Amino acid sequence: MASVRIPPVLRPHTGGAPEVEASGTDVGEVLRSLTAAHPGTQEQLFGEDGDLNRYVNVYLNDEDVRVLDGLATKVSEADTVVILPAMAGG
Amino acid sequence: MTTGARTKVVEEIEPFEAAREIEGGDVVLIDTREPHEYQEVHLDGGKLVPPGLLTDEIATAAPNKSARTIVYCRSGNRSYKAAEQMEVMGYTDVASMAGGILLWQEQGLPVLAADGMTPEQRDRYSRHTLLPEVGIDGQLKMLNAKVLLLGAGGLGAPAALYLAAAGIGTIGLVDDDVVDASNLQRQVIHNTERIGMPKTASARIFIEGLNPDVEVVEHNGRLDASNILDVIEGYDVVVDGADNFPTRYLLNDASVRLRKPVVSASILGFDGQISTFAPFEGPCYRCLYPTPPPAELAPSCSANGVLGVMAGTMGTLQANEVIKLILGKGEPLIGRLLLYDALGTRFTELKVRRDPNCPICGEDAAEIPESEMGKFPDYDAFCAGAGGDRQTLAS
Repeated sequence: MASVRIPPVLRPHTGGAPEVEASGTDVGEVLRSLTAAHPGTQEQLFGEDGDLNRYVNVYLNDEDVRVLDGLATKVSEADTVVILPAMAGG
Repeated sequence: MTTGARTKVVEEIEPFEAAREIEGGDVVLIDTREPHEYQEVHLDGGKLVPPGLLTDEIATAAPNKSARTIVYCRSGNRSYKAAEQMEVMGYTDVASMAGGILLWQEQGLPVLAADGMTPEQRDRYSRHTLLPEVGIDGQLKMLNAKVLLLGAGGLGAPAALYLAAAGIGTIGLVDDDVVDASNLQRQVIHNTERIGMPKTASARIFIEGLNPDVEVVEHNGRLDASNILDVIEGYDVVVDGADNFPTRYLLNDASVRLRKPVVSASILGFDGQISTFAPFEGPCYRCLYPTPPPAELAPSCSANGVLGVMAGTMGTLQANEVIKLILGKGEPLIGRLLLYDALGTRFTELKVRRDPNCPICGEDAAEIPESEMGKFPDYDAFCAGAGGDRQTLAS
C-alpha cells in the first residue's frame, strides 16, 4: 500500500487524517482506492470525465505525475503520493 | 602601559619599522582589538584576535611560537599587554607596535578600510559583514537593493521585519487594507495602537523605527492590470504575499514579462508553501498551477484560520530567499516547492518543472509586443469562484 498525503482542505473527508494508505499499482488506482474509501474526495480530485481536475497537482514522491506518466505512473509500496492544492492565503 | 608584575620588557617597534618588517615577509601580524574596530580599519594581513580571546585564539592565528610576531592595537596599550601575555605563553619573538594603528595612519602608511559604509552601518551590519558569503560587498548590495512586498500582512509583515533589519535599501509595500485587531496575532510589524491605520503607513512607522537606512515606499492601493507594470518595474525582487488568486496570476504574468524574480509563498491553517520563480530560468507560477482551484478548495485565512507563527516562518523563509537572490549566493528555491507542515514540523520538497506549453513562459509563448504590455486577461473571471471575490490584499 502506498501512502497518500492529504492536504488540509481534503482532511475533512478523511476523518482529519493527514496521511492515508491506499492500494494500487499506478497513481490512478491509488487515487481511486482513496476516493472509494473516502467518497468526499471524489469530486474534488476527479472531473465528470474521470480525469484528474486540472487544478489538482499530484506528485509521486517529489515528482509531478504530469512529467511522468500521469495517472498511469507506476506506484510501489514504498512510494508516497502527494496531493497538492494551490493556496492563496497571505 | 603599566602593568605591575611585569618581569620582562616587551620589545616595542615604531610603525615604520613594523612596515619594513611586514614588507620583508615572514611576519605574523596580530590585531588585538575588538571586531568592530577591525572592521572599520585594519592592516593588510592583520589577523584579528580580540584581547578577551587571546588565550583561546592566539594558537590558531599564530601557531609557530618562535616566528616573528608583531602585535598592534589602536594606540599600543592593548598590544603591549597582549605581547607580554604571549611571552608568558612561550612566544619568543614578539613585538608590540608602539602608537598602534593611529600612529601608523598618522605616518601615512596604508590601511584596509571598509568602503562605502558609514561607521554606524559597519557597526549595525557587522554580523553580516563577518560572514564570507556577505562581506562588505554583499551588505552594500543589500543597501542598494529594492524589494517590493505584495501584501503587508501575514507573510509581508515578517518578511518586512527581517528585510528591514537586514538593511534592504528600499522596501516597497503594496496593500490597500487597514490594520485590524484580528491581524495582530501574526502581522508582527503592526501593533494595537495602530489599529485602523493603513497597513502601509503602519509598516513605515515600524520599519523606520527599526532601521533608518531603509527607504519605505508606500503603494496604498490594489495592484491591477492598469498599474502593475509601473509598480513592479522599479524593483529588483518581488515578495508575493497576496491573499487571492487573481493577484497571484496577475503578478506572475507581469513579472515574467518584466523578468523580475518573485519569491512566492502562501499559507493556510498550519500549512505553508514557498517557491522562487525566476522568469525563463525556472518555472513560473502558471507552470506550477495552470488553473486556480474552485473556492471550496481554496478557503481564505479569514475563513479558515491560520497559525500566526507559521505565517512568520514562511515570511521569514521568503526574506531569506530574497537575500540570497540579492547576494547571488546559495541555492534559491528555483524549480523547487517547499511545503511546511507546522503541525507535524515536517518540510517536504517537490520538483517544479518549466511547462513547455506554459502560455506565459513556455516555448510557444510569444514575445510580448510593446502595444500589448500591460494588457492582461480578466483575472477575476479566470479565477471566478476561486477566491476571486476577495479583493483585498493580505487581510
